[in-house]
Amino acid sequence: MNAARFFALIAILGVAVACVGYAFPAINFLLAVALSKGLAVLGLVMMMRAGLVSFGQGLFYAIGGYTAGILSHLYKVHEASLLIGAAVLLSTGLALVVSFLIARYRDIFFAMLTLALSMILYGLLVKSAALGGTDGFNVKSITFLGMPIGGTARYSSLLVVLGFALGGIVASYVYSRTAFGRLAEGLKENEIRVEYLGASADLIVRISYVGSAVLAAIGGALAGILVGHVDPEMAFWATSGEFVVIAVLGGSASLITPFAAALVLEFVRSYATQYAPNTWQLVLGVIIFALILFLPAGLAGLHKRRKHAKTTVGA
Amino acid sequence: MTNRHSVRFLLAASVAAFVASSASAQEAPAFRIGIVTFLSGAAAGPFGIPAKNAADLFAEAANKGALPAPYAAKGFGGRAIELVTIDEAGGATKQVSEFQNLVEQQKVDAVVGYISSGDCVAVAPAAEQMKKLLLLFDCGTPRIFEEGSYKYVFRPVGHAAMDNVAAAIYVNATNKDFKKYAGINQNYAWGQDSWNDFEATLKAIRPQAVVVSSQMPKLGAGQYNAEISAILAAEPEVLHSSFWGGDLEGLVLQGAPRNLFKTMNVVLTAGETATHRQAQQIPDGTIIGARGPNAIFAPENAYNTWLRAAYSAKFNALPSYPSYHMVQSLLALKFAYEKAKGGDTNKAPTTDEIAGALRGTTFEGPSGTVKMSLGGGQQAIQGTAYGRTKLVDGKTTVVDVRRFAAEEVNPPDGVKTSEWIKTLKVK
Repeated sequence: MNAARFFALIAILGVAVACVGYAFPAINFLLAVALSKGLAVLGLVMMMRAGLVSFGQGLFYAIGGYTAGILSHLYKVHEASLLIGAAVLLSTGLALVVSFLIARYRDIFFAMLTLALSMILYGLLVKSAALGGTDGFNVKSITFLGMPIGGTARYSSLLVVLGFALGGIVASYVYSRTAFGRLAEGLKENEIRVEYLGASADLIVRISYVGSAVLAAIGGALAGILVGHVDPEMAFWATSGEFVVIAVLGGSASLITPFAAALVLEFVRSYATQYAPNTWQLVLGVIIFALILFLPAGLAGLHKRRKHAKTTVGA
Repeated sequence: MTNRHSVRFLLAASVAAFVASSASAQEAPAFRIGIVTFLSGAAAGPFGIPAKNAADLFAEAANKGALPAPYAAKGFGGRAIELVTIDEAGGATKQVSEFQNLVEQQKVDAVVGYISSGDCVAVAPAAEQMKKLLLLFDCGTPRIFEEGSYKYVFRPVGHAAMDNVAAAIYVNATNKDFKKYAGINQNYAWGQDSWNDFEATLKAIRPQAVVVSSQMPKLGAGQYNAEISAILAAEPEVLHSSFWGGDLEGLVLQGAPRNLFKTMNVVLTAGETATHRQAQQIPDGTIIGARGPNAIFAPENAYNTWLRAAYSAKFNALPSYPSYHMVQSLLALKFAYEKAKGGDTNKAPTTDEIAGALRGTTFEGPSGTVKMSLGGGQQAIQGTAYGRTKLVDGKTTVVDVRRFAAEEVNPPDGVKTSEWIKTLKVK
């Protein structure tokens, strides 16, 4: 897909989500939460393109949420742009330091190391009595450029989250077209060849890691503001695992499907909870299983499959 | 002919049914209550399901007008009630989202729920902003009304501070010469807060006693042999634990053969839930609490008699304390609704009127008198009780029961629990 068509597509999708949100206020919160989770998943997908699966994306999701939470709760900063800016700075710094530790690991070793790091943060947060321990604490009265978001201001919250989601997609798209972005895919195919080209595989891993950390931190900060609450669960392995599940459902071929997959998961979970209160986990599990069975390449596979069908018909 | 007869009869019957249904449709629509408790996960067995059962029992009895006076009016002041039950499992983000769905899509008039303190902390501001009645029925943390101020959020049961303050006073009074104590609590907010309150109370009322061991295993760990060894080696005379559910059962099963309960006074602040399935395993003399004067500590009154009889008849088991918490919370809502309605038979009170009626009020329930006196009238205080278990005919009973007045084990309004505990005096 060329750049012009891609930007037109995401502009149309952005307007569509804004219209749907306006028409159905009842789903604004769900949409916004799914989009902020989608940001963390987008980061994961960017790393998957380099052949790396992080089981510790929750680390930066929690860093984002707690940065926003602590600044607003203890330091009375209520402007979301400052909170998110601080979350970006902090996650960049931490990811840079961590990246030196993990850049030489691949596959399951990379996954386990990232998982361990996020569980360290979880352990620290669980012990932090001043921050409510596992109960977490509230994130209240947040504004974005003076406009109240979070709480009952659900449509304006949705628009802000949508803006960040679109920004995240554009940034990832631009990055994937740079030399590093293209080399990342090479890394997945054959690392030795990438090194023979004169590029540093470790450097590519580091850049992907920092980029994905920033996306997760923005997602976490937005989620904390939307829900009005942060707790250590954000850094727990189950949260990171959920991001991996969404990434697998979405597939790594597209930058838009992570958000679509997050939406599907949130909606299925919410409706299953309401209409099958005793068996909602079963419903969710069956649907995830079916998606993986019938769409092994994730939602992104739908697009490819249709294309394939067209060419065969044409021929 | 008979065929035509039966067709005519069916037609007539359906017309009659239609008329009847449209007549009842003209009455006020049912008062819808969202019930949120754990239907899955570790907390479902000991807390969630007994609470859900109690809610179903309450709704059935209330709609029939079978509750004892003054709650004998059908439904809420003559208006039928309907429950919408959802699962609390899934984390705080999901609960905030589901709370909105309960209010906006299921159109509930009030929500009674939440066992996890984390869910209570997350959902309370959402309810307040949406101006919807929320009655927290079981979660313990005092932070909710000490750190925030609410008009639509209530907790018509006592908070967790009294469980541990009363436990400390009980061991201090019944064991005249202990010098060393220890704790084993789960490593999350409930366990940490429980231990902190217990330790702070003993520091204030028995400064000569020292902590020799504080074990904080992971929530749901299941295996406690290392912790039990550490405690036995430290030789405390008193052991405090706020364990619940499978963790509590594990501690009892693994501790009893090693004489943990014989070598020291073990106080289980949430021990009552284990007395139902594990009556045989709990050694005599263990000090247990029921988070208020609930279940085996409940006083003799009409509501308690009704609850015990009705619950046993329907579920073939005695109600445990989460059932008492649920019934007490639903009674609070019924009481407030009928108080706000006054004598006016046609009136359907608004959310603000019901909240106003509940604020600062006093009502009676299966565990005695409940006073809504903390957090500006949003948070209940109640007395509580502790006692030692004694197995009689295969059933747990309690002896050496000591009852505590509400004011003895709860801070006054406007004072934070942590500050108030420091002011307790040596007795």
